[in-house]
Amino acid sequence: MAMEQVTISRREFLIGTAAAGAGLSLGLYLPLGVSTAAAADIPPEVNAWVVIKPDDTVIIRIARSEMGQGTLTGLAQLVAEELDCDWSRVQTEYPTPGQNLARDRIWGSFSTGGSQGIRGSHQYVRTGGALARELLIEAAADAWGVSKKECSAAASVITHRPSGQTTTYGKVAAAAAQLVPPLQVELKDPKDWKIAGKPVKRLDTRDKLTGKQVFGADLQLPGMLNATVRACPVFGGRLAAFDAAAVRKLPGVRAVLRVDDTAVAVVADTWWQAKTALDKLPVTWDEGPNADVSSASIARMLQEGLTAKDAFVGNQSGDVKAALKAAAKTVEATYGYPYQNHATMEPMNATARWTPERCEVWCPTQNGEAALAAAAEAAGLPQTQCDVYKIHLGGGFGRRGAFHDFVKQAVAIAKQLPGTPVKLLWTREEDMQHGAYHPITQAKLVGGLDDKGELVGLHVRISGQSILASVRPEALKDGADSFIFQALQPDGHHGISYTIPNLLVDHAMRNPPVPPGFWRGVNVNQNAIYMECFVDELAYAAGKDPLAFRQKLMANHPKSLAVLNAVAKKAGWGKPAANGAHRGLAVCKAFNSYVAACAEVTVDADSGQLKIHRIVAATDPGHAVNPQQIEAQVEGSFVFGLSALLYGECTINGGRVEQENFDTYRSMLINEMPKVETIVMPSGGFWGGVGEPTIAVAAPAVLNAIFAATGKRVRQFPLKNVDLSSA
Amino acid sequence: MAKLKVNGESVDIDVDGATPLLWVLREQLGLTGTKYSCGIGLCGACTVHIDGKAVRSCVIPVDSVTAAQQIVTIEGLSSDGSHPVQQAWAELDVPQCGYCQPGIIMAAAALLDSTSDPSDADIDANLPNICRCGTFNRVRRGVHLAVQLNKRGRS
Repeated sequence: MAMEQVTISRREFLIGTAAAGAGLSLGLYLPLGVSTAAAADIPPEVNAWVVIKPDDTVIIRIARSEMGQGTLTGLAQLVAEELDCDWSRVQTEYPTPGQNLARDRIWGSFSTGGSQGIRGSHQYVRTGGALARELLIEAAADAWGVSKKECSAAASVITHRPSGQTTTYGKVAAAAAQLVPPLQVELKDPKDWKIAGKPVKRLDTRDKLTGKQVFGADLQLPGMLNATVRACPVFGGRLAAFDAAAVRKLPGVRAVLRVDDTAVAVVADTWWQAKTALDKLPVTWDEGPNADVSSASIARMLQEGLTAKDAFVGNQSGDVKAALKAAAKTVEATYGYPYQNHATMEPMNATARWTPERCEVWCPTQNGEAALAAAAEAAGLPQTQCDVYKIHLGGGFGRRGAFHDFVKQAVAIAKQLPGTPVKLLWTREEDMQHGAYHPITQAKLVGGLDDKGELVGLHVRISGQSILASVRPEALKDGADSFIFQALQPDGHHGISYTIPNLLVDHAMRNPPVPPGFWRGVNVNQNAIYMECFVDELAYAAGKDPLAFRQKLMANHPKSLAVLNAVAKKAGWGKPAANGAHRGLAVCKAFNSYVAACAEVTVDADSGQLKIHRIVAATDPGHAVNPQQIEAQVEGSFVFGLSALLYGECTINGGRVEQENFDTYRSMLINEMPKVETIVMPSGGFWGGVGEPTIAVAAPAVLNAIFAATGKRVRQFPLKNVDLSSA
Repeated sequence: MAKLKVNGESVDIDVDGATPLLWVLREQLGLTGTKYSCGIGLCGACTVHIDGKAVRSCVIPVDSVTAAQQIVTIEGLSSDGSHPVQQAWAELDVPQCGYCQPGIIMAAAALLDSTSDPSDADIDANLPNICRCGTFNRVRRGVHLAVQLNKRGRS
């Protein structure tokens, strides 16, 4: 990839410069009380992305949220790369969504999901850094009375090459802020990167080691009260009545109030007092129409869809019906994937202060702008009279992006206590029972092999829940949800990894009354299991090696083939594994990245105890902005994906989720964690995501290894419900 | 009114004796580095030391702790992030979201106090903390690195 020339619209920089000034940064500092410096002390911004202090500290503005995935550091690397600043002096700050609104969305999207943090903003953040560099160089050249063409910058030092004189960014930043930015700027060729593309340390680690990092749950504001809520545990149910007098006099209790149609809250001096009182509060629920819904009734609803006549078509080529009819051998299997909770370590929370004129919210959110919209709606105020101060998240995984129920609740509570900041923190139990769950689906797969064992036709029928129908119905196309076909689509960021001559992938939409949501990896998670396990089934049915069987179908998918071959080679496919382990493979394209995994497992014949010894994983994200953080995301993806495989399951009974805490909704622990060997193999020319894709291959690689070890095909999850012993 | 010894200092607290130590630390003493996550002693985010042992403060009623017992929280592990576990964690960039890390760091520090060179099996047995981001492999490497830093510090 060569140097890239970017043309900036006139509108963009005018907004940037016209609104530049001291007031902006002040607002950023106030919320957490880090500094209440007078406005005059705040250094001017060079442009929307870059503020440089006289002491050469560089503050880079980050619009996306940091929830552990490392985007904060990666985006700062991209800005700093083009800025040519001293990386050791870089700090970051979040602009607020209110500021974004006031400045015509100069920072673009705040949404942090879909593995978009870097791939969705790399170009404009790099452009922001490059423009700031040009302004700083020009300011120095002006001061020296020389041509800016004779000047260059490196590590925050500007040099006039003919004379050798130098100055620093901090000395010229104020002058640079007054200049009009150029209309064109050149971005570096990634092969020349010095900060981006390198395994630099994260910028947010230090405070996470000492307890200094303030999460939303930790926030303290002067005069703040604490609240906790209970919403009707039955989906679609309502709050009928509660006996406030029964707990009103308990220690510390300040208010017992209706939050909205579904929830009641206790507000107290401390959170523990609020929780203690809420536990004792008599509440009557109107359970509504879903009180009889159960996992069994949902399963029946989905089973019907597996053979239903009507279905939305997501991918079709050739004539699958004829191909299956003519096949020498057909293979059929039905899989199912359960509801999952995001289960972020930090439960949902938000702090709000409401007055008739203004509403402010402090919260961990994956989408500041959506949080602002939710706050304004609940506040009954225009967005211009509201703002949201973002805080690093104690986990997001999709729960805190499209859903701001906790923000609305916090504002609804604060609105009843005007002028008083109220921190709402959910209990773990509330968090488990009021999620936006990984949707539930089943899939029936029928494959046809010819007499040589070649795959001639495949029908994948998905039956189950659409996220879009519930969350973003306006995104449905003629009623169809394209997201449901992630990783099985004809092409694009979630294109299928194989070429199959006769193929039909269709979806019978069946929407149970359990709220679904985007859950790290989204529909790729189950679709990769369905596809990769079934391809394995077909390979065995054809009497072929699972690697060779896949390779043959991947001639038109060279990047997918490359990651698959990389894991097979490093794992030693075809040679015996250590520990007498058995291997399984999986490959997938998701979020525009190519990923593959090879798992090595043993299963104790008597006890059925599974041990995952080793996983080799490969990822090609196009560009690798921070390779060591990609490794961290790949390793973490196995914990997330394998926790789901081993334990993850929200069951429904009486219209509510049965699991209330980590005792019944378990997560993998360190003693179950396999060794992970990560191959980061960026091939350039495109930008893929990193936070989610690898989750897709975690479960199927292990499941295929389990089959190799035991001859057992597990098709319903999680594994905790399955006996793997050979007894 | 009761007395506690937290991070080397004696403090007076005025709170219902059934209140879990976690909430006394967080809400009475402002030590929010110790986290709430499950509230039933399962996840380990609330791990602190009492007399050098890693305990889960969300299930310890404050009236069961005596004024003579030494409570150490993440804020008191070192004054400047220089504990070998903290140094190792910084070197390996262990945290992702970081919410569970104070608990894991406290559990790891207690393990190193009792076992100077823990094996992988020791780590498995003594760090049963939930981390949804999935930092386990770096946690494991971090414990082993902390052992090396400890040795270097002594030599």
